Amino acid sequence: MKRTLITSAAALAVALTAGTASAEGKLSIYHWFEYIPQELLDKFAAEHDVEVSMDTYDSNEALLAALKAGKLGAYDVAVPGDYMVDILNAEGMLDTIAEDELANRGNIADEWLNVPFDDGRKHSIPYQWGSTSFSVNRDAYAGDISTTDILFNPPSELAGKINMLDSQGEVMLMASLHLGIPQCSTDRDQLKALDEMLQGAKGNWASFGSDVAKDVLVSGDASVGMIWNGFSAKARAEGANIEYAYPKQGYIVWMDNVVLLKDAPNRDNAIKFMDFLLEPENIAAVSNFAQYSSGVKGDKEFLDPELAEMPESNPPADVTGAFVMTCDQATQEVYDQIWTRLRK
Amino acid sequence: MASGTFTPVRKWLLLPTWVTIGFFLLLPILLVVVYSFLTKEFRGGVDWTFSLDAYDQFMFDRGLFGDEAPSIEWTYITIFFRSIVQALIATLFCLIIGFPTAYFIATRPASSRSIWVFLITVPYWVNLLIRTVSMKFLIRDNGPMNQGLMALGLIDTPIHLINTNIAVQLGLFYSYLPFMVLPIYASVERYNFALSEAAADLYASRWTILREVLIPSVKPGIIAGCILVFVPSLGAFLAPDLLGGAKTFMIGSLIEEQFKGTAGNWPFGAACAVILLTLVLMALTLYARAQSKERAQEQRAG
Amino acid sequence: MGQKHRFNVRHYTGFSFMTIVCLLILYLPLLVVLVYSFNDSLSITRWGGFSLRWYTELFTGVESAKFKQAAFNSLTIALSAGVVATLFATAAAIGMVRGGHFRGKTLSFGLISIPIMVPEIVTAVATLIFFTSIGIKLGYASILLAHIVFCIPFAYLPIAARLQGIESSFEEAAQDLYASRWQAFRYVLMPMMAPGILSGFLLAFIISLDDFIITNFIKGAGVETLPTAIFGAVKQGIKPNIMALSTLMLLFSIVIVTLSYLIGRSDSSKATH
Repeated sequence: MKRTLITSAAALAVALTAGTASAEGKLSIYHWFEYIPQELLDKFAAEHDVEVSMDTYDSNEALLAALKAGKLGAYDVAVPGDYMVDILNAEGMLDTIAEDELANRGNIADEWLNVPFDDGRKHSIPYQWGSTSFSVNRDAYAGDISTTDILFNPPSELAGKINMLDSQGEVMLMASLHLGIPQCSTDRDQLKALDEMLQGAKGNWASFGSDVAKDVLVSGDASVGMIWNGFSAKARAEGANIEYAYPKQGYIVWMDNVVLLKDAPNRDNAIKFMDFLLEPENIAAVSNFAQYSSGVKGDKEFLDPELAEMPESNPPADVTGAFVMTCDQATQEVYDQIWTRLRK
Repeated sequence: MASGTFTPVRKWLLLPTWVTIGFFLLLPILLVVVYSFLTKEFRGGVDWTFSLDAYDQFMFDRGLFGDEAPSIEWTYITIFFRSIVQALIATLFCLIIGFPTAYFIATRPASSRSIWVFLITVPYWVNLLIRTVSMKFLIRDNGPMNQGLMALGLIDTPIHLINTNIAVQLGLFYSYLPFMVLPIYASVERYNFALSEAAADLYASRWTILREVLIPSVKPGIIAGCILVFVPSLGAFLAPDLLGGAKTFMIGSLIEEQFKGTAGNWPFGAACAVILLTLVLMALTLYARAQSKERAQEQRAG
Repeated sequence: MGQKHRFNVRHYTGFSFMTIVCLLILYLPLLVVLVYSFNDSLSITRWGGFSLRWYTELFTGVESAKFKQAAFNSLTIALSAGVVATLFATAAAIGMVRGGHFRGKTLSFGLISIPIMVPEIVTAVATLIFFTSIGIKLGYASILLAHIVFCIPFAYLPIAARLQGIESSFEEAAQDLYASRWQAFRYVLMPMMAPGILSGFLLAFIISLDDFIITNFIKGAGVETLPTAIFGAVKQGIKPNIMALSTLMLLFSIVIVTLSYLIGRSDSSKATH
């Protein structure tokens, strides 16, 4: 007993000091799941002698919820999507990057420099961009998939075998595209129609989940999955016989961004990390892993050649993509209500 | 029986436990009750003003825009009802499999009994998450169970279980089965088989003995087993999340969603937790009553 | 015994069959994972021959650092929480069992049982709300604190059960011989309680190691335990390296339970001497 006690006390002492050992400093990242290769984090850790730790989330809304729930001040950087940058900024959760702080600021591609959600890139740097739509297992269904009916009014072969992303912004936009109504509509009839349509469609859905989105397609647990283009390409590479759809009603475009969080415990390292991700070679490693496109100049030579030819990255010319918009409070509260009714 | 060797210092002996549990669990639970009466802020977070919104949301549906005449909100009642039914069914199945098992083990020769108990105990000590993941792997459409059955020619197409209520049920039942076997085993082991023999002498049939003599005698063990299965099943999170596809909500997933997910409504999550706690306390009170009644009867009989 | 009756009163047809069913249900999923952890194929559902590659990957692959850190956190938390909970529970058991009758005894027992009676998800919510509202930073220490709390009753039950089986005349005799209360505890009571204390510690240890729900609610930035790390990984698919990890944890649990079984047996054999 005595020996157990002593061993435990020693272990406890080790445990309590373990975190503070070795490296110069730390970097605490809050990131999407399965997105950044571990090797790249290791490379940064080695180059700057920094201990890197990363937690993951699976939707923009979950990121917001966690930061609201006392996680602000625990992380240095996070990777919100476009509209969430806007919201986090409005909530006062972002720190400002000074004009000359980023050495590699010049590497930001011109089209991603002045963006509506962060004009002049005061709080963020571009990370990756891609699209959201859905993929269909071609063994299960051979018909036309270029319509959002596949998700919201599916043919009988696919009913009950659909996985939806657990992502409010994207599901609501997809549903709006399906009905052909504007985003953040304030029209009560349109909002009612949206609610009714989703309630009707829900019966045909098997599951909700973003982190499982690839696995359900690979394992065959679902025949249709709402999914991001790069994630779908990865599912295909892992053996799922799926096709990524570009529905004629439209699809979702997004850009994820690395933001500097307010009260970042290791602000200096956060800036170093942002500079690191603005190096073409490094950001290309993310693209090669996650199969999305970056917003950094000169990354082409480091990209896998297949990336450019992937069907997932080449939408037909006649369909258009749309970004998720930030609604005003009144509409957002109705959206929240629709979402709650959908999820319950 | 009760001796007081350490009476003078008992206050100091109990103090660490009192303080730890009182300050870090009892107080927080009271705080949950307080939170359930607070106001939700737009985009998550709480505002420290009194409000009954959380309970109102639980019970009344005021339409999409919140301005319609309130009607009963069935959604959350359904989720709670579903959880209770699932927990009851899991308890029933555990009893059906667990009672014969416990009885069988308790009637083995003393030498081999501990081996059997050991076999039941091992899964109880294995990480619940790992057990749930194993179950998910086993029953998925392309998983070993379906492949095995298809290879044997018993079925042509895979049995679709994953993301259904049946899968959740299977997960609950499988998770808590040892909790049913062990207390019943302990009761049957103490059971005096002379009672059964006496009944047999009076020409009672095998099943009459089971029903009229054995089961009443080991009832405390059965009730304890049922409570040990029912209570954790009611608040289960892993089985509905991993096996149910997070679509068919149970209480546990509903609460989790309010704190970690998109819904982000702490007061509502706290209100759900308070309601769940009330249900559990009611079940435990019934159990305590049944036990004290039992004891009273025993005393009267003795 | 039963021969004089028309039948053996102890025997019920079909009960042995149910026992087999019960064991099959309990073990089949675990066995499947154990077998598939040695599957060479990358596709998890097809058998591609025996291989140890996933075990190698677990220890040397890109994710190995993450899992090692998680294992370290899990073990140190379980060890520390187990030890502290066992100390508190031992003291509490002596106070309850050897403290005579006192007002608030039932209340004290109720308090000790709270962590067992309250559903885990409620404990998780309560702990999260409490920590965030008093401003305790979520991290390693907050997990440890929460684990100590819910481990106490699991350590308490076997210890109190053991103590109830020891007659108080032993330490009374020691005190009659002018041993101090501490000496009576240290040299008389504790050695007799030791098996109960050890079982209590092992139970608390494994309960802490097992916990997912509470840890998942209150873990802070960058701190994972094995269950939370595994949960995060399996959401993205049950990969072979997770199966290898699960198998190792399975074997670890079996070692612990065997240990506790042996303690119990050596103890009962001693009691018969």
